[in-house]
Amino acid sequence: MTDLNKASTEENETLIEISGLYQVFGNKAKSVLPMVKAGKSKDEVLAETGHTVGLRDINLDVKRGEIFVIMGLSGSGKSTMIRHFNRLIDPTEGQIKVEGEDIMKLTDDELIQFRRHKMSMVFQHFGLMPHRTVIDNVAYGLAIQNVDKTERLASASQWLETVGLAGYGDQYPAQLSGGQQQRVGLARALCTNAEILLMDEAFSALDPLIRSEMQDQLIELQAKLKKTIIFITHDLDEALRIGDRIAILKDGILSQVGKPVDILLSPADDYVEAFVKDVNRARALSTQTLMQNVNNTLESQSVESAINSLNASQQEYGFVCNNEGYQGVVTRSQLEQAAANDSNADICCDELLIKVPSVSPTQSLQSAIPEALGHNFALPVTCKDGKLVGTIPRSEIAQVLES
Amino acid sequence: MSDTSWLSKFPQLERGDLIAIRKTLDGAYREFSRNYGDTIESLFDPLLTFLIWFEKLLIASPWWLTIGVILAIVYGASRSWKLCTGVFASLIAIGVLGMWDDTMRTLSIITVCTLLSIGIGIPTGILMSRSNRVQAIVTPILDVMQTMPAFVYLIPVVMLLGIGKIPGVIAVIIYAVPPVIRLTNLGIRLVNKETLEAATAFGATAKQRLFGIQLPLAMPTIMAGINQTIMMALAMVVVASMIGVKGLGQPVLKSITNQYFTLGLFNGLAIVALAIIFDRVSQTYAKRTQKHLGGMNND
Ligand SMILES: Nc1ncnc2c1ncn2[C@@H]1O[C@H](COP(=O)(O)OP(=O)(O)OP(=O)(O)O)[C@@H](O)[C@H]1O
Ligand SMILES: [Mg+2]
Repeated sequence: MTDLNKASTEENETLIEISGLYQVFGNKAKSVLPMVKAGKSKDEVLAETGHTVGLRDINLDVKRGEIFVIMGLSGSGKSTMIRHFNRLIDPTEGQIKVEGEDIMKLTDDELIQFRRHKMSMVFQHFGLMPHRTVIDNVAYGLAIQNVDKTERLASASQWLETVGLAGYGDQYPAQLSGGQQQRVGLARALCTNAEILLMDEAFSALDPLIRSEMQDQLIELQAKLKKTIIFITHDLDEALRIGDRIAILKDGILSQVGKPVDILLSPADDYVEAFVKDVNRARALSTQTLMQNVNNTLESQSVESAINSLNASQQEYGFVCNNEGYQGVVTRSQLEQAAANDSNADICCDELLIKVPSVSPTQSLQSAIPEALGHNFALPVTCKDGKLVGTIPRSEIAQVLES
Repeated sequence: MSDTSWLSKFPQLERGDLIAIRKTLDGAYREFSRNYGDTIESLFDPLLTFLIWFEKLLIASPWWLTIGVILAIVYGASRSWKLCTGVFASLIAIGVLGMWDDTMRTLSIITVCTLLSIGIGIPTGILMSRSNRVQAIVTPILDVMQTMPAFVYLIPVVMLLGIGKIPGVIAVIIYAVPPVIRLTNLGIRLVNKETLEAATAFGATAKQRLFGIQLPLAMPTIMAGINQTIMMALAMVVVASMIGVKGLGQPVLKSITNQYFTLGLFNGLAIVALAIIFDRVSQTYAKRTQKHLGGMNND
């Protein structure tokens, strides 16, 4: 079953591809590069040449539609890395491709268009414009594209409302708290409707409550708008909670790239292991990190055809969904019993359905465990409108909790 | 036996050599000004026409109209009745003490010098802020402009253009323009890096960054530079009067040679009054337009 149910991200195409990326800060970066490649450590290079090694041989790819988290301690090069995606910093050496196009080869005009329409960014220290009101800050991306004023203000106030700052439009950034400014930065990035969202510690200035609210909102937004998000954090819990995949950065080197479960269950080196050692896995992982595609959904149909489709997919049970979303589980044995009475009856009836409770994709695994008890089925995951988005096999839960 | 006198006495060039150097340089410059002086002077003709027109306008208009216009400008810039009252009182005092015409002359030349300094200074400051190399070249030039005694650079200017308003304006600008250049450069360089990066990240062009982010955020610093420039221009009024610029400077010059203390004091106070008016008005204007900073620094 696991083979058939590849996690959704794996099927997606590569959107951003970075290969052989080096970043050395200093006047004669190119001449220091051989030394860096020869494997001298960051401290040695700094002591000998006065140059700072920012990034060293970075290779990674980001898939369309995923939340890709870059994690690492302070000074590990996260902000440096994310600035390469939209070329706020040019690499000392290496390639950056977006949709197969080498963005190092863009002309100035093409680069401006690329930044306007393809990517937007949330900054670690907000980067708001102190001389513009909040609403003008949010509308900035549209303003420089010469979008009509009423149109851009309408769109800006809508995003301002989404991040919970309706009514603050006429204030200046200095009149807002840090967390509020952070959300203005988020609204500003969302307002241009770019496909790729770069977020540099976008939630670190928020208090825990708003923070987890914003995390939920981000996941929801991502599912709804199909954005590709590159998210930086130094908080492992946050990374595990929202990341489809996580890259761990240490002193400018990628230690490991993988799914949250992989990072937790098979850390690549001591550094990653030290990172994840004390994590309460059940609390840290959200249900969606274990979630797999469903291939045994049954629509509202007759008992007979339901048995046929279970046969076809070689399943012992199926998840029944109708227009109102997920309804419950039916098993093959029950269906066969019912078929003896009336093979044309609808499977969507109280006698047949087993009401296996569903969980939401953003809740923690720990909070989902009670729902997994008392039955032997995979755990159905539904989003807010009741739609079934995936299931969590029991074996996965056991594996995470055990080792 | 060798000559060891260079140990006790600085081994300077021969007198004859020095004179030769001076003669060649002076001769060359004199030649240059004889050949091109008129051409260069005619380049400044439009400016001269404007200067004369503006001065005449200020002097020929009825005094109450001039005061009215000045008060309107002061109120427009500062929105402060208190400041208007102060300006009104000083102008009346100046008029009563018989310095109205000279004050108007000085006012006209200072206004023109300030506008020209801003016109030259801000673009230069912008260029300087964009390139470390330009900054490295311009900074020592500014140092020279500010420390070289004004009389020294007056000599070639007078040789070239003779005595009059234009050389005066040039001398004042050379002395007064450095602060606005320096502070424009500084102000732009101090703009928060992430704010500028944000603009870039959203696809702002260089022009949109300059006019939308850098200049507005550098404005408090630039205003401080303009303020300095005005003060320095006023400080040059007396020196400029030595090469024939009429105004409050000439009575001061006269009182030095004739030891008229009171005359000197009154005209000096009139210069101070002008300085304070310029200063307060530009300061309150700057403060009023920077309301968003609300007591915060520009980060
Ligand atoms: N412009 C620069 N010039 C020189 N060195 C730089 C520059 N920018 C970053 N660095 C260096 O690169 C390294 C990585 O910095 P970076 O800002 O990417 O860290 P970070 O992972 O974002 O840390 P934090 O979590 O504190 O934001 C640091 O050692 C820093 O000194
Ligand atoms: Mg950072």
